Amino acid sequence: MDLDNLIQQFQQKDTVAFEALYNMYAENICGVINVIVKDSERSQEICQDVFVKIWEKSDQYDTSKGRFFTWILNIARNAAIDEVRSKTHKNQKKNLPVDSLVGIFESGEDLNSKMDTIGLQSLLKGLKEKCILLIDMLYFKGYTQKEAAKELDTPIGTIKTRIRSCISNIRKNMA
Amino acid sequence: MDVKEYIASGKLELYVAGALSPEENLEVQHYAIQYPEIRKEIEAIEKAILELTESASPKMPQDGFAKIKAEIDDVIPFTPEGSKTRRTPWGSYLGWAASILLAVGLFWMYNENAKLKSEIELTNQEKQNLEETLSETQEEVTATEGLLEEIRDKNVTVIALGGQTVSPSSYAKAYWNKEEQKVIIDAKGLPEPPDGFTYQVWSLKLDPLTPTSIGLLDDFVSQDTRLFTLENANESEAFGITLEPEGGSETPTLEQLYTLGAVGA
Repeated sequence: MDLDNLIQQFQQKDTVAFEALYNMYAENICGVINVIVKDSERSQEICQDVFVKIWEKSDQYDTSKGRFFTWILNIARNAAIDEVRSKTHKNQKKNLPVDSLVGIFESGEDLNSKMDTIGLQSLLKGLKEKCILLIDMLYFKGYTQKEAAKELDTPIGTIKTRIRSCISNIRKNMA
Repeated sequence: MDVKEYIASGKLELYVAGALSPEENLEVQHYAIQYPEIRKEIEAIEKAILELTESASPKMPQDGFAKIKAEIDDVIPFTPEGSKTRRTPWGSYLGWAASILLAVGLFWMYNENAKLKSEIELTNQEKQNLEETLSETQEEVTATEGLLEEIRDKNVTVIALGGQTVSPSSYAKAYWNKEEQKVIIDAKGLPEPPDGFTYQVWSLKLDPLTPTSIGLLDDFVSQDTRLFTLENANESEAFGITLEPEGGSETPTLEQLYTLGAVGA
């Protein structure tokens, strides 16, 4: 079924459509949470909660907010960041370690025995560290372009061209 | 717009990350609808991010959705959709109530309208009656004024007729216009005649006593003014009024002489 139709039915509280969306995105959402929380069991629990939240907020989504995946990605990031904050008592998103993805990649640090570390490494193969750092900030930590530019002390234009080249690298690795 | 340049700008990657400003977000959205290449590029970028994020997943349990479903099923009764099915159909009750009310209202209006119409008819009837009464009254006024004029005429002699033995309290007046040979009798002071009887007016010559009938006061009761105009061509010396059987008599019944008065007395 067409994704737009599926989303529409989900917004009309169709649980079958919701299950289809869950099957499409559960692993992605859980992966994002896992990179932030670094605890596979806790990540699974948060992931469940996030989908319940997505169901409850279904009427708040509209296409003007962007891609459906971007919308649920944002909900997942916020839930995971809240979890880390409540543990570490840190009040700023900026204070979160932004090297988690770098760490996983470089050390082959296995967050979970079931995790596809080899897959992750092959996707990030050949990417520079500042690339992985930027991906971590923008996709996993939810930095805006402005926040990322400020954090890295780099103009927004450079942020744009850099992320373009980084994602292109991943796409090459996928092929 | 150069689509290739736009794709190369890196904006689409930031769009998928949700890192653009709201204005730029809308701009990308707009172009994605307008240019299929841009939409395809966005989907390709998203696919890369999906691969990347999936590879970081600790893998969800097989029955993952069952747990979520159990939780959202509890939530369902509180959603607008769930409560809607259980709701009493007030809307349809209200609809019926409204249409019944309307029907009753229309019937009432129809009745009121009919009532008003018949009231208007009645009022019109009353108006007509009043107009008739008015014209009758005007006629009466004209007649009375005419009488008054006649009574006030300088040629009129007024003769007071006093009550006699049979009815001492009775009285009458005669306004005699000798020129016009007319007598107006004012019979206000006479009692109503009994059934089958009528008053008769006599012109009298005294020496010798010769009565001449000058007329009857017919329709005594219906004549409200009690004023009667009679012809009198006689050289009258007195006037008398007697009660006679209906139709009048040849000679006066003196025992029933009610009033009498002499001219110039």
